[in-house]
Amino acid sequence: MTRLAYYPGCTLKTNAKNFEDSAIATAEKLGIELVEPERWNCCGTVHSLSTDDVMHHLAPIRNLLRMEELSNAGEVDSKQVVTLCAMCYNTLKRSNTVFNEDSDRKKKIRDNMYKEDIQYSGNIEVLHYLEVLREMGWDKVKESVVKPLNGLKVAPYYGCLLLRPRGIGIDDTDNPTIMEDMLEALGAEAVKFAYSQKCCGSYNTVHMKEVVADLAYKILKQAEEAGADMLITACPLCEYNLGPRQSEVEKKYSVFKTIPVVYFTQLMALAFGLGEEATAFTGNKPDPRPLLRDKGLLED
Amino acid sequence: MENNAELVTIYVMGKKHKVPGDLTIMKAMEYAGHQFTRGAGCRGGFCGACATLYRKKGSYKLEGALACQKIVEDGMYIAQIPFNPAEKITYNLEELRPDANTMLEYYPELSRCLACNTCTKACPQDIMVMDCVQASLRGDITSAAQLSFDCISCGLCAVRCPAEIVPYNVGQLARRLYAKYIDGPSQHVMDRVKEVEEGKYDDEITKLMNASKDELAELYNNREIDLR
Amino acid sequence: MSYPKSKLVLRMGPKNKYFKDRVTELSGENVDLCFQCGACSSGCPMTQEMDYLPSKIIRMVQLGLEEALESKTIWVCTTCFNCEVSCPRGIDIANVMEALRQLVLRKKYNRVSLDDLSPEELRDLPQIAIVSNQRKLTA
Repeated sequence: MTRLAYYPGCTLKTNAKNFEDSAIATAEKLGIELVEPERWNCCGTVHSLSTDDVMHHLAPIRNLLRMEELSNAGEVDSKQVVTLCAMCYNTLKRSNTVFNEDSDRKKKIRDNMYKEDIQYSGNIEVLHYLEVLREMGWDKVKESVVKPLNGLKVAPYYGCLLLRPRGIGIDDTDNPTIMEDMLEALGAEAVKFAYSQKCCGSYNTVHMKEVVADLAYKILKQAEEAGADMLITACPLCEYNLGPRQSEVEKKYSVFKTIPVVYFTQLMALAFGLGEEATAFTGNKPDPRPLLRDKGLLED
Repeated sequence: MENNAELVTIYVMGKKHKVPGDLTIMKAMEYAGHQFTRGAGCRGGFCGACATLYRKKGSYKLEGALACQKIVEDGMYIAQIPFNPAEKITYNLEELRPDANTMLEYYPELSRCLACNTCTKACPQDIMVMDCVQASLRGDITSAAQLSFDCISCGLCAVRCPAEIVPYNVGQLARRLYAKYIDGPSQHVMDRVKEVEEGKYDDEITKLMNASKDELAELYNNREIDLR
Repeated sequence: MSYPKSKLVLRMGPKNKYFKDRVTELSGENVDLCFQCGACSSGCPMTQEMDYLPSKIIRMVQLGLEEALESKTIWVCTTCFNCEVSCPRGIDIANVMEALRQLVLRKKYNRVSLDDLSPEELRDLPQIAIVSNQRKLTA
């Protein structure tokens, strides 16, 4: 078992617990132990874009420091950290880049790291779980599949922060294939659709939920028209805007038919045959289970 | 009583005083003639009333301490915080449930925590305040309660927090939720209450209440002191 | 980062120049590179809520017009970076939007308030939504 440092992010411990449970279970099946440090803090998404900002980088860098401590203590096998949440990934990776490329701010960040035993070296590599899978090889992922998701048409929803900006994204922003490759390995059919990278509305869901309803409607409708049965996502905010917020979409658009949205790790857990606790579909709104049962992919 | 300690210079509210160097800030201020009407309580480091900010000569650092515990140093520039303005959210503990988002519902400013650790830096009780706040944000009420156990609500963390969080109120809610819903009632307390109600100790109490002052003095002076 | 020097020569009043310099410094972007192709606006998901299109905001910054700070545009931006990847001249428009927001926020202005959220909303919303909302839109 390779031990890989794992950064959960706040939401994965609460609303998105199903994301975490399914990911840990699938990683275990693939021979990876996700090691969560005892202490970590909220990454403080979204990445602060001002050139003079130091304060907002303390939170992400502090997390990377935790990962470095894990590595120094020999509790993990590499100087890497893997995240599941796309926003956490983006925030951690971008702050890491700022730390390593801006020597002036690097010094200031270090000066403001109160009450820490060591200083961050800048040497932790930030990875997203999909990158880890790609690195491992899709054939290896396929080996763990006991129940191929045949007949399931899945639209991969990338969202924004997984692919942008260039250099930070895990795949080519114009023509990404990483989610499609993953779906193929699981035996499902990937459905390309035009809005797979269109923003879901992000944090505007807090005070402008009608606008999010509009964006969600467009994205979900496009996916459905392209022939998808469900969508997958890698971000708890996208999942919230495209999933539970469908109730807002229904209020606004009477013709709208709900369509399930799940985390990609949940489909992986299903294909790996890992059982109810791993797939954790009870947390998803709308419920994907009726659809999966119809497709013969879920036994009661 | 003679005090042979060397005199040191301190500044209280801007005014210079020479005080014996082995006194606590609180005693030193009283030595200098201040009378505490606010900002003093148990004088034993447990009530959190005497939160004090100070700077040392030649140092830019702003430090916080409890006046009744911290010994003075030469060149200390002292200011007291008699009261920290903070709203304590009213809640009915019976109606609360220790869900993941309960803490965030009552203290939504938790989402603004920058993980800068200024609160931990300010705490005179060496509590890991930032970790407690972060645990509360995550809905990990058990950790938040355990980390904030030594908190005496002195307010130094709240004064310095850039995100305007009041960590001691957050910790208090966490501890209450933890004690009521997660840890549960103490079995030995419940057992003892039952015994009392059943009258197990009635005879002993009656005996004590009817004893004379001399008998009580005799019992007290010869009591067993458990020196474990 | 060095970028090609623009041949455009604009004479501006001192206040306008100060504003443009401040935005340039805070964002790290050279807005003079923009030739108003509109690719950023076409990819932006929030244009229907905006009063000025992203490309227009860049134009306003080029001319040192402080009205850009009073727009609704900068507040509905979701920092999705679609504009950045679309720009043929490599300008990170999202950085410019952030700089404009910061210039307003640093004057003790809060676009949204936690007080406006009901207890039900606070219970229902995932942390990530509240954290990022407060991070981008409050001082």
